[in-house]
Amino acid sequence: NIKEIGPGVEPLASKMAGADSDDSLYPIAVLIDELRNEDVQLRLNSIKKLSTIALALGVERTRTELLPFLTDTIYDEDEVLLALAEQLGNFTMLVGGPEYVHCLLPPLESLATVEETVVRDKAVESLRKISHEHSPVDLEVHFEPLVKRLASGDWFTSRTSACGLFSVCYPRVSSTVKAEIRQHFRTLCSDDTPMVRRAAASKLGEFAKVLELEYVKSDIISLFTALASDEQDSVRLLAVEAGVSIATLLPQEDLEALVMPTLRQAAEDKSWRVRYMVADKFSDLQKAVGPEITKNDLVPAFQNLLKDCEAEVRAAAANKVKEFCENLPEDSRETIIMTHILPCVKELVSDTNQHVKSALASVIMGLSTILGKDNTIEHLLPLFLAQLKDECPEVRLNIISNLDCVNEVIGIRQLSQSLLPAIVELAEDAKWRVRLAIIEYMPLLAGQLGVEFFDEKLNSLCMAWLVDHVYAIREAATCNLMKLVEKFGAEWAQNTIVPKVLGMANDPNYLHRMTTLFCINALSEVCGQEITTKHMLPVVFKMSNDQVANVRFNVAKSLQKIGPVLDSNCLQTEVKPVLEKLASDQDMDVKYFAQEAISVLSLA
Amino acid sequence: METPTKLPPSSPSSPTTGFSVPSAEKVDGFPRRSMRRARQRRSHSSSQFRYQSSQVELTPLPLLKDAPVAELHDLFCKKLQQCCVLFDFLDCVADLKGKEIKRAALNELVESVATSRGVLIEPLYPEAIKMISVNIFRTLPPSENPEFDPEEDEPALEASWPHLQLVYEFFLRFLESPDFQPSLAKRYVDQKFVLQLLELFDSEDPREREYLKTILHRVYGKLLGLRAYIRKQINNIFLRFIYETERFNGVAELLEILGSIINGFALPLKSEHKQFLVRVLIPLHTAKSLSIFHAQLAYCVVQFMEKDATVTEHIIRGLLRYWPKTCTQKEVMFLGEIEEILDVIEPSQFIRVQEPLFKQIAACISSPHFQVAERALYFWNNEYILSLIEENCQVILPLVFGTLYRVSKEHWNQTIISLIYNVLKTFMEMNSKLFDELTASYKVEKQKEVKKERERAELWRNLEDLQERRLQSLTEASRNQKNLQERENTTKSQSETSAANTT
Repeated sequence: NIKEIGPGVEPLASKMAGADSDDSLYPIAVLIDELRNEDVQLRLNSIKKLSTIALALGVERTRTELLPFLTDTIYDEDEVLLALAEQLGNFTMLVGGPEYVHCLLPPLESLATVEETVVRDKAVESLRKISHEHSPVDLEVHFEPLVKRLASGDWFTSRTSACGLFSVCYPRVSSTVKAEIRQHFRTLCSDDTPMVRRAAASKLGEFAKVLELEYVKSDIISLFTALASDEQDSVRLLAVEAGVSIATLLPQEDLEALVMPTLRQAAEDKSWRVRYMVADKFSDLQKAVGPEITKNDLVPAFQNLLKDCEAEVRAAAANKVKEFCENLPEDSRETIIMTHILPCVKELVSDTNQHVKSALASVIMGLSTILGKDNTIEHLLPLFLAQLKDECPEVRLNIISNLDCVNEVIGIRQLSQSLLPAIVELAEDAKWRVRLAIIEYMPLLAGQLGVEFFDEKLNSLCMAWLVDHVYAIREAATCNLMKLVEKFGAEWAQNTIVPKVLGMANDPNYLHRMTTLFCINALSEVCGQEITTKHMLPVVFKMSNDQVANVRFNVAKSLQKIGPVLDSNCLQTEVKPVLEKLASDQDMDVKYFAQEAISVLSLA
Repeated sequence: METPTKLPPSSPSSPTTGFSVPSAEKVDGFPRRSMRRARQRRSHSSSQFRYQSSQVELTPLPLLKDAPVAELHDLFCKKLQQCCVLFDFLDCVADLKGKEIKRAALNELVESVATSRGVLIEPLYPEAIKMISVNIFRTLPPSENPEFDPEEDEPALEASWPHLQLVYEFFLRFLESPDFQPSLAKRYVDQKFVLQLLELFDSEDPREREYLKTILHRVYGKLLGLRAYIRKQINNIFLRFIYETERFNGVAELLEILGSIINGFALPLKSEHKQFLVRVLIPLHTAKSLSIFHAQLAYCVVQFMEKDATVTEHIIRGLLRYWPKTCTQKEVMFLGEIEEILDVIEPSQFIRVQEPLFKQIAACISSPHFQVAERALYFWNNEYILSLIEENCQVILPLVFGTLYRVSKEHWNQTIISLIYNVLKTFMEMNSKLFDELTASYKVEKQKEVKKERERAELWRNLEDLQERRLQSLTEASRNQKNLQERENTTKSQSETSAANTT
């Protein structure tokens, strides 16, 4: 049978017949009218203001008129239902507080059975929320029966929703009811439809957490084992996550017998999706099972995942390399890494898939702190160098962006010979986003490589970016200069970069002339008053006569920007006349920005 | 008795794209992404290969056709076993000899099952099904393009297709053989087998899906005990597609099979089938990738209506409920489907839905997207629909008149305006009296609407005032309490800060 579709038209008009001058009868009429409106947007608006209406109605009429109306008559667009499901989660005070909160259950129950997942999920979320506001008695009298009804619903949607409600009522009900709840959960775990089994599997971990340990062992383990060997991989992969939660609940001595066989099987599942899930949850799993099982079981499993035939799985495992090594028991950490993990890592460096390589590159540098100086130089350095030469820019970038880890251990000098070609190549990459990314690491690199190396090798790159044909690069390059000056000091700036920047003021390309102004904006503060007044300001003044209006109004903006760095005498005698001249420019934008600068600098 | 009817004659050996109309071209005139960047066809391997631990060296067996009758079955069996060996096709030069031996063996098996009688004896069934299972059942590899868009991107092709195709061909010939005995096969082609077969429909390779479609159709036709199970599992796949993943490559193929299954449903329709229509087929219209399988879906829907006219109202109200709000391309598809439905609708059913339906059609006519408006106005070119409109002119004309009148004055597109004039003219001829009345009252109606709008705004203003008042009185007490508390707190924190200042 099909529900009626479209806005409900319940003849609540009868209730209005009694409406006289009492303005409290007004709102429900509005609501009904709005709900009848053909325009979904208007219906949606009125649902979103449901609390307004409820507040106006008062708690009693909200309970006796509004809620029954909502329960019986709304079969609407999913968007309207979603808004309703959300509203009802915050309705406790509007129906008269916790004492009456169970009045909200009927409409939420029917919302929890609709087809659309978003609506259902929101209804369940609201139900979970208001479950905490129920007294233990109400929970048993009103809430738990609702969960049972949902759990034995005809259509899969209500059973799916029920899965999310067991764990919120279990802790606060009597032991008889608890037994019933466990039974219902068991039934849903072996439901006929995979949708329900997926929902149950995804809530298994959460449910296990609220159960008494004896029932975790007697009930949950068998459910976990069954779900983990479901015929559908979409169910099996959800069981993996539950397995991790369950492992944290059990005492160490039970782990081997109760969860490890299943988890071992999951790590070798024939579906890559399940293996991927194991790889993705590997660090959590490692923490949950403790050092002994890690040594005996997880190390070989991890090796297999790193060698998996699907790139997806290898990439997920590669992402966990550092975390896994970090969390290995200290006494055997180095041995395990050197004999078991590192050989696999070496292979991944030359993997055929670039996602795998770049996942590895994002964590591999972290191994140096774990392995110490000698091992890093002997074993890791060749890998870093290989990845620095990788054909895929993302891999190189990931290495460069993590240089700080290595710097702490062996100093960056070890790498500088290989670093340079890699940086140069990335600096000239055809993709501007790659260039942008490397620019962002420049200040960090400069700090680690030192001023000499920088002047010799990298300075020219930084200047070349200033004339890049992509604005975002020129902008980033400007900002980069500022950070470099912060690192190396004003004197360095005056000798190396300021002359070059100012030289661009004579460039035939107006975009480059503007870059000079942008650089001055960024540099004036870090360079200080002297350099600004002596070297930069004359160039800015000269550019106020530029034939391109864009340059001229940027002069006005620059003057406004660097004004605070200058002394007041200079402002009055030199800056003010130039701005006044610009304020009478023939171009209206130049005038505008000149006037703005005059007023901001209080030169009027 | 439910019998699936014949599938449209598309031979699996020459896979065509079926009736997937390039809807993108039909609907908008802009060049599609796919035309701008033609992707390289990629191929991928299946995850299965690594599960074969040690590679077996194949040695060629004697030809089947040379075998003495007494040894034929034994040799056939040996060839089946030989074909269970899997090869790595991503490495295209690996074990070329072995690959060739297997290919030749498969070819012979296909040929033998297709042409000679008496080959398929009982002991061969488990061996044949085992060979098929080992070769075709595998976890499909991850899509190389995580944002794979079936409409835009080239699919990844199965690398082992040279063998896989022959295995599918063999399976198909096996099912179609006159010697095939369902009573023997059902022991091996069981629920688990079918479930795995259905999962393969997610393959990105259209050639594979084409074979699967034909094969599943034959299985459904011959193994009666599996029918309910197959329908249930297809339901699950669709529900997962609609409500969980939005991704499944074989929706169109499964719908094509269902189209022929629906055709064979017995009357009166079982509630299971009606439920399938209302809870699965109709919600499938919400999918983002509707254009890929819309033709097949609309076919199924119309099949249902032709079977049993009483489902009409569910269908139309369902479509109206899921009517696209922002995607005009889908809106045009919906309008197309509505026309297909109206083409076969019974007049008595039409009356039940005309009101909500023509409200929606009026909304489409006033769409600023001219293709939507145009598609809706084309309904008036359909003679059967026109006759339905004429019969119910008293109801329909008042529903659409306002829109027609307004859009005829406002629309930016000249074609739409001239189409609307034609429609108005048709109505004038149909019922000139009603037409004149509506024309005369148009302005009054408009003013009424404006007035109503004003009243609404007024109501909400009052309501919000009321809320303000209630809120005030409700929170007064608690506010007083809060103020008291805050005062205490501020004096406390003030003393703290002053203490901090002194230190």
